[in-house]
Parts: sequence; C-alpha cells; structure tokens
Amino acid sequence: MPYVSFILGRLVKAALVLLAIVVLNFFLIHMAPGDPAAVMAGEAGATDQQFLDDLRERFGLDQPLPVQLWRYVSGVATLDFGYSYRQQMPVLELILDRLPATLLLTGTAFVISLALGVSAGVLAAMRAKHPSGSLIMVVALLFYATPLYWVAMMAVLVFSVLLGWLPAYGYSTVGADYQGLAHVGDVALHLILPATTLGLFFMAVYTRMTRASMLNAGQQDFVKTARAKGLAPGVIQRRHVLRNAVLPIITLAGLQAGQMVGGAVLTETVFAWPGIGRLMYEALMQRDYNLLLGIFFFCALLVIVFNMLTDLIYRLADPRIKEAR
Amino acid sequence: MSNPLLRIERLALALPEGADRLYAAENLNYELNRGEILCVVGESGSGKSMTANAVMGQLPPGVRAAEGRVLFDGIDLLRLSEPEHRKLRGRRIGMIFQEPMTALNPLMRIGEQIAEVFEAHGLLTTRQRQARVIELIDEVGLPDPRSIARAYPFELSGGQRQRVMIAMALALEPELLIADEPTTALDVTTQAQILRLIKALQARRGMAVMFITHDFGVVAEIADRVCVMRHGRIVEMGTAEALLAAPQEAYTRALIDAIPGDALPPEREAREEVLLSVEGLSKVYRSGGGWFKPKREVAALNDISLTLGRGETLGIVGESGSGKSTLGRCIVGLERPDAGVMQFAGAPLENRSAALRRRIQMVFQDPYASLNPRIRIGMAIAQGPIANGVAKAEALAQARTLLATVGLDEAVAERYPHEFSGGQRQRIGIARALALAPELIVADEAVSALDVSIQAQVLELFVRLKRELNLSLLFITHDLRVAAQICDRLIVMRKGLIVEQGSAQRIFTAPREAYTKELLAAIPGRDRGVSHLATVTAG
Amino acid sequence: MSFFARFAQNRGALFGLLILVMVVALALLAPLLYPESPWRMVQRPFLAPGELSGFPLGTDTMGRDVAAGLAHGAWVSLLIGLISTLVALAIGVPLGALAGYFGGWIDDALMRITELFQTIPSFALAIVLVAIMSPSVGSVVAAISIVSWPPVARLVRGEFLSLKQREYVEAARLAGLGHWDLIVRQILPNALSPVIVLASLMIATAILLESSLSFLGLGDPDVMSWGYMIGAARTVMRQAWWLSVIPGVMILLTVLALNLVGEGLDDALNPQLARQRH
Repeated sequence: MPYVSFILGRLVKAALVLLAIVVLNFFLIHMAPGDPAAVMAGEAGATDQQFLDDLRERFGLDQPLPVQLWRYVSGVATLDFGYSYRQQMPVLELILDRLPATLLLTGTAFVISLALGVSAGVLAAMRAKHPSGSLIMVVALLFYATPLYWVAMMAVLVFSVLLGWLPAYGYSTVGADYQGLAHVGDVALHLILPATTLGLFFMAVYTRMTRASMLNAGQQDFVKTARAKGLAPGVIQRRHVLRNAVLPIITLAGLQAGQMVGGAVLTETVFAWPGIGRLMYEALMQRDYNLLLGIFFFCALLVIVFNMLTDLIYRLADPRIKEAR
Repeated sequence: MSNPLLRIERLALALPEGADRLYAAENLNYELNRGEILCVVGESGSGKSMTANAVMGQLPPGVRAAEGRVLFDGIDLLRLSEPEHRKLRGRRIGMIFQEPMTALNPLMRIGEQIAEVFEAHGLLTTRQRQARVIELIDEVGLPDPRSIARAYPFELSGGQRQRVMIAMALALEPELLIADEPTTALDVTTQAQILRLIKALQARRGMAVMFITHDFGVVAEIADRVCVMRHGRIVEMGTAEALLAAPQEAYTRALIDAIPGDALPPEREAREEVLLSVEGLSKVYRSGGGWFKPKREVAALNDISLTLGRGETLGIVGESGSGKSTLGRCIVGLERPDAGVMQFAGAPLENRSAALRRRIQMVFQDPYASLNPRIRIGMAIAQGPIANGVAKAEALAQARTLLATVGLDEAVAERYPHEFSGGQRQRIGIARALALAPELIVADEAVSALDVSIQAQVLELFVRLKRELNLSLLFITHDLRVAAQICDRLIVMRKGLIVEQGSAQRIFTAPREAYTKELLAAIPGRDRGVSHLATVTAG
Repeated sequence: MSFFARFAQNRGALFGLLILVMVVALALLAPLLYPESPWRMVQRPFLAPGELSGFPLGTDTMGRDVAAGLAHGAWVSLLIGLISTLVALAIGVPLGALAGYFGGWIDDALMRITELFQTIPSFALAIVLVAIMSPSVGSVVAAISIVSWPPVARLVRGEFLSLKQREYVEAARLAGLGHWDLIVRQILPNALSPVIVLASLMIATAILLESSLSFLGLGDPDVMSWGYMIGAARTVMRQAWWLSVIPGVMILLTVLALNLVGEGLDDALNPQLARQRH
C-alpha cells in the first residue's frame, strides 16, 4: 500500500513538473522578440500571411493572456504540439519519428557509462594508494574536462578518417538496405562511436562518484565490524562497502539524466544521428521555435520518466525508505 | 596459573609524524587470563583503545607497532600475515564497539549479518547457520528471534543493536572478547542490562574479556582486574577490589574521587520566591507528512508543570527520549510549546521581549559545537550585550572580566575556539551565558561530554558562580550521579511525563516510583563500593 | 598548517593553478598582443601551424589568425564562466540560505522551484533560452546562470539546515541577535567553504556550456569564442584538423585547471576530509 501511494505521489509530482514546463514554454514564446505567431511559425513561415492568421486564430492571440495560456496548455494536454511549418509536418509526428534513435543512443551510452564508470571507480577506490588507482582518476578527470562535441570530433578524426575502422556518421549505411540481422549489425556498427563518446563523459562522472562513495563507505563503523568477523577483504568490499556506496550513485544517475539528454544534442549533431537531438539542432538552424519547444518538452518528459525509475530503484535498494511509514 | 591467554610485552605503538606525541601507547606490559575480565580504564587520549586495535589487527592508518609483542595463546599477533590474522578474528577473538547505531550494515538483515560470521570461517551449512542465528539472538535476550533476524538495523533500538553485536561477536565462541566502550552510547538502564549480559555470557562460556571504558562505575560493576592508563602509559594495575579500595597512584585516586558520589547536598528549606513556574506544558513533534505520507507524532512533553525558586538548583533527570531537553529549550525560548503557560518572575514567557529573553540563558552540551569557529572568544561573549545595546568597547572589556570569572586568562579573548580544550570551551560557554547577567541558567547536559576529572571542575565552577551571582539553575542531565551532586531538587522524567519529583535527598534515599528505583539501581558501581569512596566535591 | 601550505600539498592543484594563471594572462594580454579584431581576414585561409612566420597556429577557413582567436576566446570564456557563476551564486546562495534558515513553507516553496529547475534538462533549457532571446553575451550568461544555480541553492540550504542547529547559533539566538546577524555573521561564514569549492567547479562547467552553445552556433556573433572556432572547423576536419584540435585543447586545459584548483581548494578548506581521502 505505501508503494502504491508512493507511485501515485510521484505521478502527481511529474504531472505538475510537466505542467510547469508547458507554462514555461508558453512564456518563452511570448518572451521572444516579435509577434508570437511569427515566432511559432518560424522565420520562413512568416512570409505567408495565411499561416500567421491561422496561428493567431488558433492560439487566440487577440485574446487576453490567461485565455491564450489555457488554450496552449489544453493543446499540449491533448498531445497537440502544433505544426512545424519548416518541415511541413506536425511536431509530434516529427518527434515520435526520431525518438527511438535517441532512446537507443542514450540507453546504450547510459549502460556503457554506468558499467565502465562504476567498475573503474571501484578499482580506483581499492587501489587508492597505488599509481594505477591514480591513473584511473587522471583519465576520468580528462574525460570530465573535455567538451563532449570535441571528443566526438576527435573520435571521428581518429577512428573513421585516420583508421577507417568505423563509420563517421549516420544511423545505418545509406543505400545498403540491409535486412534482419545484417541491419542490426549495421546499426550497431554506427552506434559504437556516438554511444561511446556520449558515454565517456558520464563514465568519468560515475568513476569519480563511485570512488568517493566507496572510500566514504569504507570508513564507516560497520566495515570495522565486518573485519572483526574475519571476512575476506573481497567480501567486505562487495557486500558491505559497495552495497552502501551504490545508493549515492543511484541518486547521481537520476540527476545525470538531464545532462545525458543535453549531451545527446551535441553527439547527434556531430555524428548526424537521426534522433531528437539532431532534430533540435535542425530546428535551431531554421529558427523553428514550435519544433524546438516541442523537443524541449519531450526532453523534460524523458528526464522525468527516468527520474521516476531511479526513485523506484532507490526504494528497492534502501530498506530504510521502504519501511518508513 | 597456566599460560595467560593474552600477553602484551613491551608494546609500543607509534603515531604518524606530526602528531602531538610520538607514541599512542608505549611500554605496555600486561596479561589477560582465561575466564577473566580485565578493564582498561582511561580518559580520552589515554591510548586505552589502541592495544585492542593492535590485537584485532585494525590499527588506524599511520599508527604502527614499533616495538614489543602481543602474544595470543603463544602466537605473536603483530607478526601474523593478514590472512592468518583474519582466521583468528571472529573465530577466536570477538569484538564489540562503542557505537551500536553505526556498527551494523544498514542495508543487510540482522540474520544475514550474524550468519556472515559462520560464512567467513566456512562453518556450517546454510540451514545450520540459520538455526544458530536464531539461537544466538535468543541467547542475548532479544524477544522474538525470528522477526529480529528478518529485521533491518534501523528497526532496532540502540540497546537491541548492541545485543546483536554481542551475538555476532560470540557466534563462534571466541576465547577472547574485546569490548571497546560498549555501553557508553547507551542509556543507563540499558547499560546495566548489557553489562549484566556480558558478565553472564562470560561466566557461562569462560571467556576472557578485555573491557575498555572511561567509567570507574562500570569498572566496579564488571572487572576482575583493572589497568589504568594515561597518556599512552600504564599508571596502575591490580585486582578490582584492591585498586578500587586503595588506589596507589594519585592519578587513579583522582579519577575515582572525581566520580560524583552519593554524597548529597544538605536539604534546604523550600524557597519562598518562585522565579519560574510552568504549567501544563505540552509539545508534540510531527515528522514526515506530505500528500501521500501519514504524519508521525511524538509527544515530547505531556502536561508538564513545575516551579523553580529563586536561587534554587533544579535537576531534570531522564534517559534519551524523556523530553528533558525539549523542556529546557521551551523554557529558554528555543522551542515553542504547543500548550501551557510559563511565567518568569511574574511575567508571561510567551512572545517574550528581548529584555525578558536576556534573563534566561543556556549552557550547551557539546563544547566543540557551542562556539562559532570563526569568531574570537571575546567577541563571542560580547555579542549578546552588543545586540542588547551595550557599546562594543564596553562589552568587550566586560567579556575579559567574565573570562577571569570563569577561571581563564583575560588575554584569551583574542583567540579562536580551536585553541581550547573541551573543558576550557565549556568555561567560555558559561562566560557567554553570564554576559547577559541572567537570573536563570539552563544547563543542558553541560558536563556530559567532558572527561570525569574535567567534569568535576566545571561542576565546581557552576556551584561557585551560583553562590556568588545568586543564580538559579535548571540542570538537565541523564546522569543521576551528577544531578545528585549539585541539585537541591530533582524531577525525574520519562517519555514526556514527570515520573517523580522531590528533594535530591529524598529521591536518592527513598524513591517512590518503580522507574526511579530502576534508574538508581542502574547506576554502575553503586552497590559495589565505588560511590562510598567519593568525597564531597560540591557544597 | 596554513591554507596555502595545504593547497600546495596537492601537486595537481599547483599544476592547475599554473595553467590557469597562463590562461588568465593570455586573456588579459589579448588586446595588447592582437589589437585587431580576431574576425579580420589577415592571410590566405588554411595556413597550417608554423607554415608562415607571424602565424604560429595558422589561419582558419576564412583566413583569420587562429592565435588571435585563441587569445580573444580565452577572454570570452573566462569572462562568461566567471560572470555566469557569480550570477548563479547571487541567485542560489540567498535562496538556499532563506530556505535552510527559515524552513517550513518557505523551504517547501523554494525547494519545489529548485527541484523543478533541476529536473528540466539544463543544456536543452539553455539552448531554448539563448535561441529565443537571440544569441548575445548577455543571453548566454543569463541562460548559463539560470541552469546552474540549483545546485548552489541545494548546497547552501543543506549547510544552513545543519549549521542553524549548531549550539553556537542557538546561543547567539538566545543572546538576542536578529535574523540578519544570525544568517550573515553566524551561519554564512561557516557555510562558505563548500560553496567556494563548488564555485570553482561551476566556472569550469560554465566554460564547457558556453563552448557547447557556441559550437551549436548560439554564441554571440560579435565575439570570438573557442566553441565557435571548433564548430566552424567541423566541416573541414579532414583537411585542417588543427583548426578543431587547438581550441579543443585550450578548453580541455582550462577546464582541467579549474577542476584541479577546485580539488586543491577542497583539500585546503576541509583538511579533515582531505586527510581521509589521501
């Protein structure tokens, strides 16, 4: 029962956050210099008077602000994100079309960063006093301090241009028209560079966090107890230290979700990966604000869903929260 | 007697470079026989825990054994490799720690944590382990062993957790149990239960116990032999009876004398003038709560009424969770009660003015948290008067005088708190409270964090100031011995209610309520000949 | 041990400080070394580094001097990093202090807002903000500040929550000190060291954010920045790799230096923790 009410509570909270973002979007449109209709239509659309009049009609731009807000919010509530006049398609359709590619990219990058980052962090913590542990931290710091888009470009330069090992851009080989497994393999090959570069920055984040968290957990009293029992160091590290060190990492993973989406914009731009990040770049280039705000909304939605998942996992990992009434 | 189980020879433990002394402990020689309880006693910084750490192979980082041997059943523990040492830990040597709240892994069930001891040494099948876990939990006197085994540590109280720690340490029937201040963090009644448990298990199993403590009352309660330490050296050693009855060394005598005894202040006639009156005070703490979370309520104060006469010292005594601190905080105005009336010298304390607030001041518990690390001592004392309109120069001059009053050099006004010891900080805290020339001082566990010798000095200071400045004192403490020493009257609290009140004399000699009797009986060493040794330190 | 002695014990921090001093010097000297606009075409395009004396780092696709761009870019990066961090602190510190000090509904309200801003994907929000306000130094600073204050508010709130219960704060309350004195003189000075450490890391993050925005073409069109240089070189990566490598290394070094300095500050300001770490 507490579980159900917890989930209900999180859903209500998520809905409120989404509402706040929709309202924010609305005001952003009004903040932009010039006529909101022109803003929504994008610079190119502004040439067509018919579009503008349609827009003014639809959003009631002659009405008072609260009415406009209400129309906008109820539009979004019925999944109406408007029309992209540049791409000649509804915003929702454009986004849904590109969403799977982004989910594939960010999902893969997340798994890579978490797996490698936590392993490297554990290693660095266990060898905190050895040079190898320091080396891990230096490498992590380097990735942490490097602009993501630049790493992406360097990866293309080295692995595609110089070595020719991996494709430099795209989702699959153009014109190859592979079927079945061959298609999966082709996509996987294209995925390697973007997912790895996107994952590297976050790997650095997890490495640093895991090491700090492990060292902190390693100094707790219960570790002394475990040693007094005569447990082997490996068991102590795994069962007592790591298990407690994982909790802040889960929290961090939730907080990093938003960064991951932002990173996807840069990665997809460099690798011409056909996801919503690339779509955002295109919208930006074409000043297609309607599309831009629609994507922004979906980015936030992704983060909220991911945050809810990490909250659920945290509750499973920490008995103190589950039992707290 | 045959070979001792543990023999420590010329042991020296070196501190890392740059520490305030070279050795944490040096030239230690002592023995521990099978079936014997040895108490290692000392104040903070005496190095009393260090030997235990060496025995367990768990010296803090930077500390190393520089010299000597630690022979356990003939094996030199200092020369063992880590894997060899590990085989002994848990199996032949068990250990329990001071802080039961943090000594258990918060994410593992109690049963799993106990079963780990068997697993660590590859003993028993899973099924047998589970059966033994239940037996062990039962043996340390915990109710409903099966549900305890399934519980997580946060679901248990401090005393229960310490019992779990004991079950864990004793799981493999070790020959030696090391107990490092195992009752210091516990309430006095719980402490008495745990001491009895350790003693009973020790007798049943014939273990040797190395019991580390700072409390001579505990020593009297449990020790066969005693080893007194100071500054990393052994001061004195002997059987408990001999050492407690006739300590040879001045330091040992001073420590024993410093224990507040049963020597009660003479009964004084009731005060005519009522300074503070409290009627029907209630306070409920609400926690949690939200859209989908029910609230939790704890009644910290439940319809409390009391009076305090001018010039009187009233003691509020209780264990943790009794509401004694909340009462004090309501009276000084740090908390707002939910219901009830408080009057101070005839004026209501609700929405008190600055002028009224000034007249009730507080001395706090933790000498390390009660001074702002970034403000000079003089300013820390003067800031109250300044906020109340006294000119800065005058307030600072007054602060210097106050420092002298509490027994410190006037020149220390220019220094920062980190340069002072715990006892000195507590004096500064008292000077700060005095700066506003209050009529009532609420002292909340004001000597609890201090070593026993320092404690006695600070108590004396309180008594002197009270006499010289005609102060009234509300003295909040968990320690009945301390309360008896300086209070005219006592109020015993439990779970937000007043259990009993009366003159200190009467409460000690003829307690009426069962809980008060229990509290008195739980005072360690009370029936075993320590307290009668105590001299009267308070007037 | 003094603050500087503790700082100097961390060799990485000293190294970081050295790099940082050099980057700051480059930024300050930019108008002297390269008084002309870095946008001006000065030679034929695609000069490789060292190919022609006077152009040690070569020229870009439009024949602009890469070295001049780097120097002026250093100025812009540091300036935007510093100012947006200061603005974020100016938002986050008071909000966190008020929330932590007063608690209750004020805390609830302020923390809901903070949580909201933390949930919104920050880079995406920065993109939208700059795009809508149209790119300029001002809009970039505003966008970066708006997305970076929440961690400050949370940190300061946490410090205040724990510090306001310290006995010395309660003693000051009993002595009759007002809210302003308690917040500013009793609590804030003791809450500052983690904020200083966070601020040094925030400058680093702000520089990364600015360069990412410029890379996407959202930089101020009037000022030269490292991110813009990399973005402009993206299409010619195969022909002129140095055009993207050199500014990238500059960003890496600057951000690295700030992180190292931040770690050193952390060691120097929290000696207890530092001893545990090493």
